[in-house]
Amino acid sequence: MSFSWAKPYEPKHPLMRWLDERLPLPRLVYGAIGGGYPVPRNLNYWWNFGVLAGIFLTIQIITGIVLAMHYTASTDGAFNSVNQLIMRDVNAGWLLRYAHMNGASFFFLVTYIHIFRGLYYGSYKAPRELVWMLGLVIYLLMMATAFMGYVLPWGQMSYWGAQVITGFFSALPIVGDPLRIWILGGYAPDQAALTRFFSLHYLLPFVIAGVVILHIWALHIPGSNNPTGVDVKDERDTLPFHPYYTAKDGWFAAAVLLFYALVTYFLPDYLGNPDNYIPANNLATPAEIVPEWYLLPFYAILRSFTADFILPAKLWGVLAMFFLPWLDKSPVRSGRYRPVFKRFFWLLVIDVIVLGWVGGSPVRPLTVAVGQIAAAYYFLHFLVILPLVSRFETTLPLPLSISESVLHGETGRDSPAVTKPRRSKAATAVVD
Amino acid sequence: MVRVIGFLIGLVFAGILLLAFISNLSSYFTNPPTPLAAEEFHRAPKELHLASDGPFGHFDKQQLQRGFQIYSEVCSACHSMKLVSFRDLKGLGYDDAEIKKIASDWKTQVPSINPDTGEETTRKAMPSDTFPLPFPNEVAARAANNNALPPDLSLITKAREGGAAYVYSILTGFQNQPPELLKKFPDAKTPANLHYNPYFANLNIAMPPPLTTDGQVTYAPGNPKPTVDQMARDVAAFLVWTAQPDLEARHAAGIAVVIFLLFATILAYLAKQQIWHEVHSGVRETGPLDPVNQAKTRRAKAKAGVAG
Amino acid sequence: MATARSAEGSTGSDSGGEGVRRRDFLNVAAVSFAGVGGVAALAPLLVQMSPSADVLAQATTEVDISKIQPGQGIKSQWRKQPVFIRNLTPKEIAEANAVPLSDLRDPETLAQRTKPGKTNWLITLGVCTHLGCVPLGIGEGENRGKYGGYFCPCHGSQYDTAARIRQGPAPKNLFVPDYQFTTPTTVTIGAKG
Repeated sequence: MSFSWAKPYEPKHPLMRWLDERLPLPRLVYGAIGGGYPVPRNLNYWWNFGVLAGIFLTIQIITGIVLAMHYTASTDGAFNSVNQLIMRDVNAGWLLRYAHMNGASFFFLVTYIHIFRGLYYGSYKAPRELVWMLGLVIYLLMMATAFMGYVLPWGQMSYWGAQVITGFFSALPIVGDPLRIWILGGYAPDQAALTRFFSLHYLLPFVIAGVVILHIWALHIPGSNNPTGVDVKDERDTLPFHPYYTAKDGWFAAAVLLFYALVTYFLPDYLGNPDNYIPANNLATPAEIVPEWYLLPFYAILRSFTADFILPAKLWGVLAMFFLPWLDKSPVRSGRYRPVFKRFFWLLVIDVIVLGWVGGSPVRPLTVAVGQIAAAYYFLHFLVILPLVSRFETTLPLPLSISESVLHGETGRDSPAVTKPRRSKAATAVVD
Repeated sequence: MVRVIGFLIGLVFAGILLLAFISNLSSYFTNPPTPLAAEEFHRAPKELHLASDGPFGHFDKQQLQRGFQIYSEVCSACHSMKLVSFRDLKGLGYDDAEIKKIASDWKTQVPSINPDTGEETTRKAMPSDTFPLPFPNEVAARAANNNALPPDLSLITKAREGGAAYVYSILTGFQNQPPELLKKFPDAKTPANLHYNPYFANLNIAMPPPLTTDGQVTYAPGNPKPTVDQMARDVAAFLVWTAQPDLEARHAAGIAVVIFLLFATILAYLAKQQIWHEVHSGVRETGPLDPVNQAKTRRAKAKAGVAG
Repeated sequence: MATARSAEGSTGSDSGGEGVRRRDFLNVAAVSFAGVGGVAALAPLLVQMSPSADVLAQATTEVDISKIQPGQGIKSQWRKQPVFIRNLTPKEIAEANAVPLSDLRDPETLAQRTKPGKTNWLITLGVCTHLGCVPLGIGEGENRGKYGGYFCPCHGSQYDTAARIRQGPAPKNLFVPDYQFTTPTTVTIGAKG
């Protein structure tokens, strides 16, 4: 990346020098996460969640590959291969299965926090638009992977979840039903769907890993954002990634893994649905069809469109986020210095939690009504409110630099030379 | 451009949702949903405390054996347990010889082929077999049970909201339909082939009460009295084991892992604090022109009495 | 970027040596804990590949031998591999006992390969010790090779009446698994004697 004071890689050990001359992999690692990558010194703990997402992706891939050694992707064998073979007979099988099941939940949890960090601190703004968009691609791939993975045990929720979600495709005009049949390889989720979901579920995490590499690469060009949103000016503003952020990421990861162990060992089925311990029955629908918790907000948005609406609305929800860098034009990045934006941010957080609760509740007129208001706010937030706020908001004065903010406190007010409070209009770029 | 289009799309979506909201609410107020008997009279499961509860839960093997006895003598007439093998009974404290006897004495035999004629026949179960099915297939099961399918019990305590407490409540919850219910919902009389049980989701369960009298099963000496309540507890405890045979190993490993990670977190945190100490204490790479250092230099000079 | 200290003396420099050792100790401790954790996490990943409980439960097979006449044999299965159970005739037993051990590539007497009092029951794996093919000779009319035992068609290994290798590339006699006569007419293969 582009900081001139980044320490260059200088291998001392003769073996490392030999290797570096032939394949500069250590150099790459050194420059990416070693002593050779400068990072703003003022990052807070909200910046830990990206690496945590990477850790959970790794956990999922490893436990997944190992589970696949025992899983049978057939409609009569799948449930037993999971609940009899793996859970009872395979050595440590119960651990691998619970780890994989809860690993998915934790993967989504840390990713959501990571996304909301990006929203609050304006990490999606120039020059990091591509980092943001690649991140959303990762998120979409994660949702697809998780959905297909949940079908594999072939329990009641697996089957009916597959039925409902693939059913949405038939809402598209003309191509809808043929598309659904093409996806399923049949008229309802059956052997064809199960085997192809297994194949794709195995494949997509590696695609995710590839996009994660692009995501990090794109980030390392401008370097990380920071809580002030002010660009790095000189070397006083940064610290080398190693040992400072390896240590910080390391201890926090240990704490999160502790929490993960508590859930996996002591409450392994808490986040799940009991109905998935009933073998799939295509002739009997469960009382409530619900996806896993991490898909609930979008499920609620989907169910809010009770009036006939032809487009897959939950996809629109994610798409709205794609265009955020062009919708929010405030030159001030961080929500710290944007008091109006900040309030709407927290409103969004509450809104998403409400949507999650609605998604998990039985369908009753009053709950659906709450969901409809919440869903409307969701779209209004990204598409209407943020553009308006970014246009008309009065931002707080920014600190001169990161080190200024570290030395003198977080608002620019205390620093020796204070910038004038400015309206976004004056600084609005011409490019739309 | 993006903003204008986004703006319009946002308004359109919000508008559609608003229309849906209005139509939803108006239909709610003009046509309020009728209350259901099930909603009002359904009861949450009773409280049940088992040795397996909590993070330090373990199995009371004697209770599990009593529960298994109830399964063998009462429930297995209709309910399969097809994910559990006879050899798994080691977890209840039986040894190999006892397991072999339990398997070969089991009242249902395993489908097999006559080695001489090739005809379908049955053979005695072996420890490596799973518990034989009481009915050969679903059709037979329904035919014998008024078109109701007795669910497999291997995972029942994981497959129902409320788990073991739900199973216990169902087994002890059979009662006559309360007159208040009939007064309020005259159409909700329990049909002839069903039985009223407020702990069941729609109040009327197809299973007749399986545990009806105290002493229905005779426990070996040294065990509590086999009252209906005790038998229900015991079989519920057994069914926790069938669903979670890993429970004890899981808890033991969990405690070890959590303690390890606690130490690891503390150590790692201390290491991190040490690495960051200089940064946090404000010592940093600076030069003489930094305002802080200039201030310090001024102060030091003033102290030493050196002119500016 | 070196964490250079500012001009004035800092608190840590006087205990420089001590401080470095303390610092290193903590870092070493933290990293070793992580290392131990990593290795421990490896354990379930490796152990899950070992045979699962249902496979181990198939470790023994019971076979009914009541219908096997002298001179006959049956092919059965144990741990998903073929097993030859042969009822030797007195002539075959005598032939086996007449072979001097020095003639054998893998010297073993018939008595060593059968149970005392039941030397007519020859129970071996039906897997050629050369490269794993299933030899011929157990069924009626199959080629039994020139030593009257088993013949492997893949590369021409010839076994005698005690299933010992006599000619051909196989290095060892057909493997005799653990087995037990649970009754005079049933054998449990895989059960230790």
